[in-house]
Amino acid sequence: MTDSPLLEVEKLQVAFSTRHGVVEALHGVDLALTAGETLGVVGESGSGKSVTSLAVMRLLDRAGRITGGRVLFRSRDISRAAPADLRALRGSVISMIFQNPRAALNPIRTVEQQIVDVLSAHGRLEAGAGRRQALDLLRAVLIRDPEARLSAYPHELSGGMCQRIMIAMAIACEPALLIADEPTTGLDVTTQQTVMELLSRLQKERGMAVILITHDLGLAARWCNRIVVMEAGRVVEQGETGALFKEPAHAYTRRLVAASPTRHSTLADLAPDAPPVVPVRREHKPGTPPLLELVRIVKSFGGPSRAVDDVSFRIPPGGALGLVGESGSGKSTLSRMVCRLLDPDDGDIVFEGESIARVPAREFHKSPRRGDIQIVFQDPNDSLNPRYTAFDSIAHPLRRLEKLRDGAVLATRVRDAANRAGLPLDLLERFPHQLSGGQKARVGIARAIAPRPKLMILDEPTAALDVSVQAVILQLLDRLRREEGIGLLFVSHDLNVVRMLCEDLVVLRAGEIVEAGPSRDIFQKPQRAYTRALLDAVPYFDPQRLMRPQALSA
Amino acid sequence: MSVVSFLSSRHAGIGRHVLYVLRSNPVTAVAAVGAAALLFIALFGPLMVPYDPLASDVPIALQAPSAEHWAGTDQLGRDILSRLLWATRLDLAIALSAVGLSFAVGAVIGGFCGYVGGRLDRWVGRFVDVLMAFPLFVLAMAMVAALGNRVENIVVATAVINLPFYIRFARAEVNVRRNAGWVEASRACGDSHLSVVLRVLLPNVLPAMAVQISLNLGWAILNAAGLSFIGLGVTPPTPEWGIMVAEGARFITTGKWWLVSFPGIGLMLTVLCFNLLGDGLRDILDPNMRT
Amino acid sequence: MLAGIVRRVGRRLLASLPALLGVVVVTFTLMRVLPGDPAVFFASGPSAGREEIEELRHSMGLDKPIPVQLVRYLGEIVRGDFGRSMTTGQRVVQDIRNRLPASLELTVTALFIALLLSLPLGMVAALRPGSMVDHAVRLLCTLGVCMPTFVSGLLLIYAFYYLLGWAPDPTARIDIFASPPPDITGFYLIDFAITGDSEGWWAAFRQLLLPAVTMALFVLAPLARMTRASMLAVLGSDFIRTAHAMGLSRFRVIVTYALRNALLPVLTIMGIVFSTMLGANVLVEKVFSWPGVASYALDALLASDYAPVQAFVLLMAAIFVLVNVIIDILYGIADPRVSVA
Repeated sequence: MTDSPLLEVEKLQVAFSTRHGVVEALHGVDLALTAGETLGVVGESGSGKSVTSLAVMRLLDRAGRITGGRVLFRSRDISRAAPADLRALRGSVISMIFQNPRAALNPIRTVEQQIVDVLSAHGRLEAGAGRRQALDLLRAVLIRDPEARLSAYPHELSGGMCQRIMIAMAIACEPALLIADEPTTGLDVTTQQTVMELLSRLQKERGMAVILITHDLGLAARWCNRIVVMEAGRVVEQGETGALFKEPAHAYTRRLVAASPTRHSTLADLAPDAPPVVPVRREHKPGTPPLLELVRIVKSFGGPSRAVDDVSFRIPPGGALGLVGESGSGKSTLSRMVCRLLDPDDGDIVFEGESIARVPAREFHKSPRRGDIQIVFQDPNDSLNPRYTAFDSIAHPLRRLEKLRDGAVLATRVRDAANRAGLPLDLLERFPHQLSGGQKARVGIARAIAPRPKLMILDEPTAALDVSVQAVILQLLDRLRREEGIGLLFVSHDLNVVRMLCEDLVVLRAGEIVEAGPSRDIFQKPQRAYTRALLDAVPYFDPQRLMRPQALSA
Repeated sequence: MSVVSFLSSRHAGIGRHVLYVLRSNPVTAVAAVGAAALLFIALFGPLMVPYDPLASDVPIALQAPSAEHWAGTDQLGRDILSRLLWATRLDLAIALSAVGLSFAVGAVIGGFCGYVGGRLDRWVGRFVDVLMAFPLFVLAMAMVAALGNRVENIVVATAVINLPFYIRFARAEVNVRRNAGWVEASRACGDSHLSVVLRVLLPNVLPAMAVQISLNLGWAILNAAGLSFIGLGVTPPTPEWGIMVAEGARFITTGKWWLVSFPGIGLMLTVLCFNLLGDGLRDILDPNMRT
Repeated sequence: MLAGIVRRVGRRLLASLPALLGVVVVTFTLMRVLPGDPAVFFASGPSAGREEIEELRHSMGLDKPIPVQLVRYLGEIVRGDFGRSMTTGQRVVQDIRNRLPASLELTVTALFIALLLSLPLGMVAALRPGSMVDHAVRLLCTLGVCMPTFVSGLLLIYAFYYLLGWAPDPTARIDIFASPPPDITGFYLIDFAITGDSEGWWAAFRQLLLPAVTMALFVLAPLARMTRASMLAVLGSDFIRTAHAMGLSRFRVIVTYALRNALLPVLTIMGIVFSTMLGANVLVEKVFSWPGVASYALDALLASDYAPVQAFVLLMAAIFVLVNVIIDILYGIADPRVSVA
């Protein structure tokens, strides 16, 4: 292994021309990578980590330009190379794989055709051997039954499978460097692990260098030798993984590390700057019915198996229950049924002792119980009406449920909800596209708490948020529960988050309950194999006891 | 911030936004001026015409444009410019009523189909398929044949032809938004299904429809002119752009270009204005454009 | 694979039957609302006596209830009996068979010209956004949608016939001094080519050119606009970025990856485009005195001769349904994401 770095980025500057003028995305980024090394580039949204990798590959879209600095690959300046030279490099010496793998593959070309395209583009296609070469590559990425996959189209395959195929295409020409831009975001936790293990193995086998771009510190900590931390288009810190996370030098890194949940962190650890929670004691008379009780709920959508099969659990008043499962587990369907947007096929939903499943979903908006059960959605981009200002969105339930008209009373209630949700009042006149992700999340929460509900259903409310913002929102939700006594039904695939927020836990798989009980018990002593697998798959971030990635091979 | 000042600032905000769009997009501003001019002519044209559009003066027939007759005279010696201005009212009236009718009915039907789905959607879909199988002119001919050669029937025929377009468009737009978080949130906030469609979804779809409405207006004008060109609907001696082109068609092979060109230009400019205005409307109504 | 296609074709044709039935019912309803008494028209003359008219009405089945009339009408259609034209005196089916090739030749040639021009224009505009070509294409599209077909046709006649003298007299399918080809298919270009008559072919082509270009101009704008928009959308998509990242050649990225995907939405609007052209037929045939079915029906309509109009409406709608089935099948073959069902 030579000493000179494989890739050197020197004072790289990138700008985008937008409708509002020129926006600088990178303000002079420096980083270096040696052969065979795994470099993690971490940062939150807007940090410029993706832009850096796209600039290295010269794949910036039309509006972007490199305005300064240079990129050296094997001591050659590729930031000013001719298009033909770049094409020779891309896919054969430097490869890249992307987020959202199914969208990144050509929907009307088969797997075999796409792999052969890459091989022939770099003159690696042996006459008459295209199919064999494609099969070899599919086997190299550990796809079982590769013959069947060759003639498949991307839409027929799962996300994990599509990602493997993209990896196969990326390594087809034995590149020296593989850039992986958020390769596992959006995939199930167990699939995430298999993809990362595959990458790690391929890297060792072929001596590839890898740049892993991610927002997930746990992932970076587990798989990378060195870390580069980026914020707002600049590198704020870089260094060897263990040292950097154990004792971060820069304030931003410290905040990032603090906000990333570990196996044992609590909410207070995550957001040390937030005001402390002042729990309000609520005495409940013995014999008070549980806030929510599901009794043998069944739901089927006409397929071979049921979406929800015989699920029962209960939430005490002011309690918090986590509903955990991967995609297809039925957790979203359950949350919709509890919120009475969907009717169960069988079973009962009892709210404060009163059966609400008997009222059909299309009538429930008239029920006096409508305001007691509210829901906060996962994607803040999707959960706010783009034509409503923040004020309108928060006022919506008040206008409909309490029939309040425009006036002082309504305005006071809206401001009050905004305050409780920590939303600055001057943001009330803004439209969703003018708000950040965290601000939109707060508007969604304010809307949900405005009618003073007794139960809040949270459908992955922080999944699309940056880690530091997530920490603050989780704190907010915890405070609302403890100070106002609102019960929480927290639906998520993120076990870390659920552990910190919820006392009780229900693990779902394919519509059935696998395990249920107090979260602490389940985390310390999981009874079922599936639960154990789920827990193991979460890339825990553990700065105090970081191990080298090589030692972690499964 | 008091409630009163808050409410008034909202209205000022809309006005400011309109001005912003017009200023940053000169083409839209020109189109807006053009559309306003057309409306003006439609309303006050008959008061402004230099000559009586129906008065024939055969000795001066087929004269090229001159100082007295800016657009020349037609085969009966009538002043073309006067007829052109007079015709604006009729053509605009036909187009506006036809589009308004089909939009109002089509958007509501399409909105419900997109939201409810199921059997309603399937049956309306079949009806729409049948309607769309008839090319416009063909159906217009059939309807005129059946109902009589009158202007009202042209309006109805154009509205009916247009209907499938609005139904499909509204259906598609509502369908796309139907499963968005904020629509489900509306239900949780106390909206009935009906309320969601009428008060939440359809207004949200409005910007997308606005562009279509404007494009549609242009299209409706072209259709009305085309129908009268072939002799359906409006009959001579009523001044109407299509009829003027039809009457002038005979003389094009002998080089008398002005009978066809001026109404043709009038048609083109009108449609152009409405088309360009459509883009501007979208920018005004789309909250994502607000700064 | 072939079996799958055959299954698909069969299923699509079956699925289009309700639409065809609906078309027939709608046409029938429209025609029965006609003012006036058809029996009077078909009687021997204005002086026909009451008994004759009553007898005629009875033999035409006009005294039966509407559902019975509908069934009778369906039977007639299936037998190919569309009645007789008052103005030509011949059976409507015969008239239409004589005149349909002229309309189809015109429409197909126009579509061909339109695609030949609009697809490359849209593509180039998308590949060079913001350039002169892009602006020119967008301007062309904006203006093209505004110009009424009949005006552009007349102006083309003025420019190319009167001013430049390049185009022949726009009154027929072939010069009055030349003779039409033997009636093999009815399509002059094909028939002349089959008989090897190049001079005749050229004469027919020159007559066809101006009306075909007029009709092509009409659909040029929406086609180019759609191609451009679709190409732009595809060029900005994730899988194109991957293709670049994998180092594929420029040709492969633009043609194999981008264009093939971009043409899919263009294919879906072909149905509507064809339908608009069938409608525009009426205008273009009128302007150029083209002896097609549309002008036949129009003349009949204005002469209150309703049988040809009825047949024409039915025919146009049926063609449209058929074209849509074909497009549907083609799309299903082209896009693997569409399920075989």
